[in-house]
Amino acid sequence: MFWNLPFIAVVALSLIGLATIVIKKNLIKIFLGITIFESAVNLFLISLGYRAGGIAPIFTSAPSTDMVLATPQALTLTSIVIGVATSALLLSFAVIIWKKYGTINTDEIRRLRE
Amino acid sequence: MNGFLITHAPALLIMVPLIGAFVAPFVGRVSPKVRSAWIILIMTLTTLVALMLASDVFLHGTRIYVFGATSPGLTVPLDSGGIPIRIIFTIDAMSALMQVIAAVCGFAVLLYSISADRIHSGLESYYTLFLLMITGIMGMVSTGDFFNFFVFLEILSIASAGLIAYRIDGGLAVEAAIKYFVLSTIGAMAVLIAIGIYYGEYNALNIAMIASRMQFTLLDQVALVLIIAALAMKCGAVPLHFWTPDAYSMAPSSVTAMLVVASQASLYGLFRVVFTIYNLTLNAMTVGWIIIILGILSMVVGVTMAIPQKNVKRLMAYHAISQTGYMLLGVGVGLAVLGNQPLMESFGYIAMEGGIFHIINHAMYKGLLFLTAGAIFFRIGTYNLNRMGGLGHSMKYTMVFFIIGALAIAGIPPFNGYASKLMIYESVFAFNPVLAVIAMVVSILTLASFVKVFHSIFMGPRLPEFDTVQEAPMPMLVGMGILAAIVILFGLFPQAVVDTLIAPAAHALADQSGYIASVLGGA
Repeated sequence: MFWNLPFIAVVALSLIGLATIVIKKNLIKIFLGITIFESAVNLFLISLGYRAGGIAPIFTSAPSTDMVLATPQALTLTSIVIGVATSALLLSFAVIIWKKYGTINTDEIRRLRE
Repeated sequence: MNGFLITHAPALLIMVPLIGAFVAPFVGRVSPKVRSAWIILIMTLTTLVALMLASDVFLHGTRIYVFGATSPGLTVPLDSGGIPIRIIFTIDAMSALMQVIAAVCGFAVLLYSISADRIHSGLESYYTLFLLMITGIMGMVSTGDFFNFFVFLEILSIASAGLIAYRIDGGLAVEAAIKYFVLSTIGAMAVLIAIGIYYGEYNALNIAMIASRMQFTLLDQVALVLIIAALAMKCGAVPLHFWTPDAYSMAPSSVTAMLVVASQASLYGLFRVVFTIYNLTLNAMTVGWIIIILGILSMVVGVTMAIPQKNVKRLMAYHAISQTGYMLLGVGVGLAVLGNQPLMESFGYIAMEGGIFHIINHAMYKGLLFLTAGAIFFRIGTYNLNRMGGLGHSMKYTMVFFIIGALAIAGIPPFNGYASKLMIYESVFAFNPVLAVIAMVVSILTLASFVKVFHSIFMGPRLPEFDTVQEAPMPMLVGMGILAAIVILFGLFPQAVVDTLIAPAAHALADQSGYIASVLGGA
């Protein structure tokens, strides 16, 4: 049961994130929802890499070469970097929408519907 | 020297556009002319590398490239315990075909873009993003590592979102970009969850490794659903198509033509997962029918939504959705009979070949149509069909290119759309006649819609407000001409194209054990 806690947190976080994206009307809050969802996925990846009693893959301080494979950590780092780029681009879109439309409420951002 | 180039071509395919992209802003500081020369040089090099690599693959079979290994063919290092730990590119005939599509389309579109987008500001970042899009597409179709697929998918999404929003257009383009990018990000996260599931189950990220260990447990089914949903959304299939018309109509025309290629790369990812990772472990009939139904829905909904549109690019975007349906239909039929060798021989392979042939044809004629729409906008400044008319008098070449594209999309001989649609009709009729009838009706509606568009843009008397309109400039015509020439050539010699390019790709896609053996050795 205890070992499943991270995965329960993953499910809870992704549900919170998705609900925020679907329910909220404020662009910034929707983007926050995306960030929460991304964090849930990152937590999922990093929990997969956990091995009880494993030795961290730091060559200079490990007692022997029997270390855990650092792939999930590498994946998570990459994913975090991509997430930062995503957030930056989304927020810059929000800035332009605010300048041009004077609102960030998704109910009022409807000019494309013709 | 030549041997070195061939050996390292898979790495160069990513490196050349990537370096070119980030050097472009610095080169552009010298003068716009130097920048144009630089990006044309980079794109020419990328196209040459892609063509060279593709011809090598079609002649000598699947190519493997291991990044950072002592030798590019060393997939499983001796001390790794039998797991391919490095990033591996696996380029089989299907990947090579997609590379050729991306390279040729990218080259034609870039020539067009040099003159069409000249008037805009901020071009240094425009071409950086454009080359990053090429990098993303090339990476997605070449990689043999599933996490890498996600990385390139995100590079492609971020670059595309930036380009869709490029002409801010009073915020409208940004609105379309937000729609596209929010959906893309959620889709990419779904793909990443699926990758996490595979890693947790099979301790591997390599596609061949996952495929060889595939058990098709409940978790694998969850991963399959996540991937199909995410990639079907990215390629614009109904019911997740609503970003497509907005994004396609608001992006600059050259970008729209590249977005078509990008959506085909997502389609490639979908087929790769279904055929290479799962293949026979999944219930081929059920998943095949799901893909067929997605295809039929896209075809019908796309074409019916296209008919009432007033904006020419929106109309073409709905047709793009409808044409994606044909590819899903063809390959879906192939998947539904996978594993049943007699049925596969009698019509399964032909259906898959038709679907894959339609991918390359669609990229060519749809790119051509979007470019003609862009050329018209370049001269008259509107996409609204009700305000156009009589342009056939002044833009003769554009009109000819439009006719070629329109007849090809409607499946009229002797253009390439006819060749691939005929293969789809024949084989789907053998599978289920009703599906073939729906496909033909959609084709007729497509023709009707394009006759209307042609009439309202080009026919009629010369309008007074368009008195001074001239033919599109030469580089734009050359870009369109390359695509039009390919459309006609593929339509005149379909059998040669199918034999040399399409059939190897379809067989490579269906042959899971061959893919695994090429990476992991004769296991």
